Amino acid sequence: MTDGPAIEVRGLTKSFGEVRALDGLDLTATQGQVVGLLGPNGAGKTTLVRVLATLLKPDAGVAHVLGLDVQREAGALRELIGLAGQYAAVDENLTGLENLTMVGRLYGASRSSAKARGRELLERFDLVEAAARPTKTYSGGMRRRLDLAAALVAKPPVLFLDEPTTGLDPRSRLSLWAVIEGLVAEGTTVLLTTQYLDEADRLADTIAVIDRGCLIAEGTSDELKDRLGGERLEVSLDEAADSEVAVRALAAMSDELPTAEGRLVRVSVRERDGAIVEAVRRLSEVEVGVEDLALRRPTLDDVFLALTGHGAEEVADGQAPERAA
Amino acid sequence: MRRLVSDTLIIAERNVIRLPRAPELLIGFTVQPIMFVLLFRYVLGGAIRTPGYSYVDFLLPGIIVQNTAFGGFATALGLNDDMRKGLIDRFRSLPMSRAAVLAGRTLSDVVTNALSLTILLVTGVIIGFTFHTSFLHAVEGVGLLLLFGYAFSWVLAFIGLLVSSPETVNSVGFIVVFPLTFISSAFVPVASMPSGLRQFAEVNPFTVVVDAMRHLWLGAPAHNSVWGAVAWSLAIVAVFAPLAVARYRRAAGG
Repeated sequence: MTDGPAIEVRGLTKSFGEVRALDGLDLTATQGQVVGLLGPNGAGKTTLVRVLATLLKPDAGVAHVLGLDVQREAGALRELIGLAGQYAAVDENLTGLENLTMVGRLYGASRSSAKARGRELLERFDLVEAAARPTKTYSGGMRRRLDLAAALVAKPPVLFLDEPTTGLDPRSRLSLWAVIEGLVAEGTTVLLTTQYLDEADRLADTIAVIDRGCLIAEGTSDELKDRLGGERLEVSLDEAADSEVAVRALAAMSDELPTAEGRLVRVSVRERDGAIVEAVRRLSEVEVGVEDLALRRPTLDDVFLALTGHGAEEVADGQAPERAA
Repeated sequence: MRRLVSDTLIIAERNVIRLPRAPELLIGFTVQPIMFVLLFRYVLGGAIRTPGYSYVDFLLPGIIVQNTAFGGFATALGLNDDMRKGLIDRFRSLPMSRAAVLAGRTLSDVVTNALSLTILLVTGVIIGFTFHTSFLHAVEGVGLLLLFGYAFSWVLAFIGLLVSSPETVNSVGFIVVFPLTFISSAFVPVASMPSGLRQFAEVNPFTVVVDAMRHLWLGAPAHNSVWGAVAWSLAIVAVFAPLAVARYRRAAGG
């Protein structure tokens, strides 16, 4: 291991036929951080994970994980990474313990120590009661937990999680998030792909937004939100007919023209302090009735929309799950 | 190399552990061959003339050879399933030997083949099959069957990695295995076939292996068929193992 970045990607390109899954992607991840890779389906997230996990050869560019070249030093690198995917890769005819023991032995551990490590992980992932059952009897959430456990068998310093909670019910999602947060506390570097903005917001130290195989923004959740300008004031009017008058009255509070949509008027305000009072004063001067009025920070949804020109979920919904090769 | 051996054994062990838990596959190795033996013996057997041997004696070595070819379906279907479910990705992200997944698969087929071979032999003996040779020759026959079955598993490993769904594995597998095993000496004497078919049957490796089995179990003239069968088995591994491994690397995306 080195003191350098955990993950360093330069100019990574990969095409599948006509489709450019990665198009000169650059990315850096600091050790011990959670990097959230955010993007709609087909953005290249899974392809990037597969290249970094030594499963896929890029067409061009270089990628290093813990200073090791993912192509030339793949063998050594495989000792240091764990992979858990959106398709829970466990053998459904083996029990939970048999699955983990097999993986441990394939890392080179003896049967008994692989088994001991397997039991430890089952305990940690709340799967002890299901340890002796074939995994085809497991629920979706249990399979994901076992899949994650399998990725952790060798205590890898770098972990790739490809959409770890896609398709899970909210409760399973929350419990998986808690597990991932626990790992981070132990110093594991995590690269997490997700199409859920709340997931990135909660788990990631830095977020890399990718679209069509390119990095289009990078930073902490707050930094990304700040890029959209400061706070937004949302005013619900009594009457939709008043919206034009309201837009004119509020225009002076912002550098941009307020937008109106039915009864809702949105203003990006320059100054948070006193914004609400000022808006109420301006609107009462022009005798526009206000039903509700709120200040809110931009959400990652707004960021996503502004960066890519389309929402995350909206694109994600209509398409089949992203799966390269 | 040590890694290849130990990883292969781990994968083979995994395949054997899961065998009794996949009943649909087990039926294919147990009930199906018994059905074939009974159908051939009692439905077709009466109409087929096999000079020098009763039909049940003639049939059993042939149908057992065909059955070892079907044994490879476990590899084809298993690999196909592993690929679609992402298990191959998991294996490839591990610091394990690159060839072990395939070698472990084909090795575990030896176990399933031994199982269905036993079932077929017992069935055969019940319906009147007798060995005409020494115990040693009979055992050599079993060894040859397992070797050839192992070799043919590599053909099916290649097919399993080539196609995208288990349904296609089945249909492609049948299209390959059925003509190969039927246009051979397995079920009828080659001499009874029309010209064209007969020439194909004579060079068909299945004929070579079936003839070798009849030599070892019934004392039929060998014509070097035992060495021919061993040579074919080695040749099949030499061609299809590298093809399958290359396909494995590519199919899995790297």
